Amino acid sequence: MTGVSSVDVANGSTPEVTAKGRGRVLVIGCGALANEMLALVRASGLRDIDVTCLPAKLHQRPAGIPEAARAKIRAGREQGYERVFVAYADCGTYGTLDTVLDEEGVERLPGAHCYEFYSGPAAFEAMTEAEPATFFLTDYLARNFERLVIGGLGIDRHPELVPMYFGNYRRIVYLAQSDDPVALTLARAAADRLGLVFELRRTGLAPFATAMAAMTGRSALTVVEAPGAHMRASRAAGAGDAAGAA
Amino acid sequence: MANDYEEIDLEALSDEELTEQMHNDLYDGLKDEITKGTNILLGRGWSASRVLNEALVEGMRIVGIDFRDGILFVPEVLLAANSMKAGMAILRPILAETGVESIGKVVIGTVKGDIHDIGKNLVGMMLEGAGFEVFDLGINTDADKFMAALEEHKPDILGMSALLTTTMPYMKVVIEALKERGIRDKYIVLVGGAPLNEEFGKAIGADAYCRDAAVASETAKALVLERRAARGR
Repeated sequence: MTGVSSVDVANGSTPEVTAKGRGRVLVIGCGALANEMLALVRASGLRDIDVTCLPAKLHQRPAGIPEAARAKIRAGREQGYERVFVAYADCGTYGTLDTVLDEEGVERLPGAHCYEFYSGPAAFEAMTEAEPATFFLTDYLARNFERLVIGGLGIDRHPELVPMYFGNYRRIVYLAQSDDPVALTLARAAADRLGLVFELRRTGLAPFATAMAAMTGRSALTVVEAPGAHMRASRAAGAGDAAGAA
Repeated sequence: MANDYEEIDLEALSDEELTEQMHNDLYDGLKDEITKGTNILLGRGWSASRVLNEALVEGMRIVGIDFRDGILFVPEVLLAANSMKAGMAILRPILAETGVESIGKVVIGTVKGDIHDIGKNLVGMMLEGAGFEVFDLGINTDADKFMAALEEHKPDILGMSALLTTTMPYMKVVIEALKERGIRDKYIVLVGGAPLNEEFGKAIGADAYCRDAAVASETAKALVLERRAARGR
């Protein structure tokens, strides 16, 4: 049994930390990253890490992220976690998440958005420089496009808002973490719906694994992608990061 | 089944009631009602600028406050803005015809690398509502384009907007370009956008950071009047 929690992502609720007392390290993440975080932690055997998430719907209401993160950090410490990390980028909090994390003495993932650590900083910069008018999707956002983007922006009720939101965009880049054909179909449909050019970039999980490893002070996680299958990850040989594992 | 909403006869309302109703209709993003209310007030002999200020601008100011306080979100603000646009489309030609003198000129744009313009468009609308002549350069505006527009339109104010932490530093590039040309003091420079704050505005050498469209409009008016008063001394 590992110390990894299961996460309720679908309805955007806030799951509880489920592996009480087993892990020594807590990673508090965005609900939109839950599947990917769990896959990494499970497959790499980092059994001292527990994962808990804030509601994915905060993606659309980032002003709520900093204090929600603070509450989770404090709850985690009360539960006895020795170290706590936050698996968020700045994510539209414009420095206010960093202010909270500085006050709490907690580190987060680097970058402005999840798109950045999913693609890797250099690749992300190249994409945005080449075409600033790019709207990004991840696996999670592709699968939840209707609810989070169309519903969240009020487009379902007011389709006339589409030009105001998306009139300046030219393309959708789908950053695919997995080879899920359903997510790919949904991502293409999203581009069609908004009248944008579609582009697929298969990022896999390697850049995310690198960012997670750096944040938690682990040696690099090795991620092996299998076409059409779920991702597998394993720790680099000789990694001294299992201290305290249950 | 009874209708939850009673149809309100706008014609039957007093001026005061109608103005208040238009604030509510703007808040609810009811474009058709705003169009109708605007026409009714004009028909009652209100000047276009009075309709603009008391019905539309004041209504948007309330929307802005509730947006800032987290009561309204972007979709509602956009619907309100769409409604205000409908009212302004009626008023604009009348204002132009009657030759109402503008308070001043403003050149605004979203800076290079950034394509977000929702906030900038709201600012443009509120400035126009406040009586400014607005020249909107659109999105992804580089320093050369800003400089050319300043030369062409000779505005009182340069306004810059950015939504991204990666693009907001470009505002400093533009301000440095003004300094290099020795024209920085000719213009009031206002900056705004979600990632900015007052400290950033000061650090890059802007005259003011404006946290929302209503503040931008108030700040623009205050600084233009202040500058003119100083010149008159």
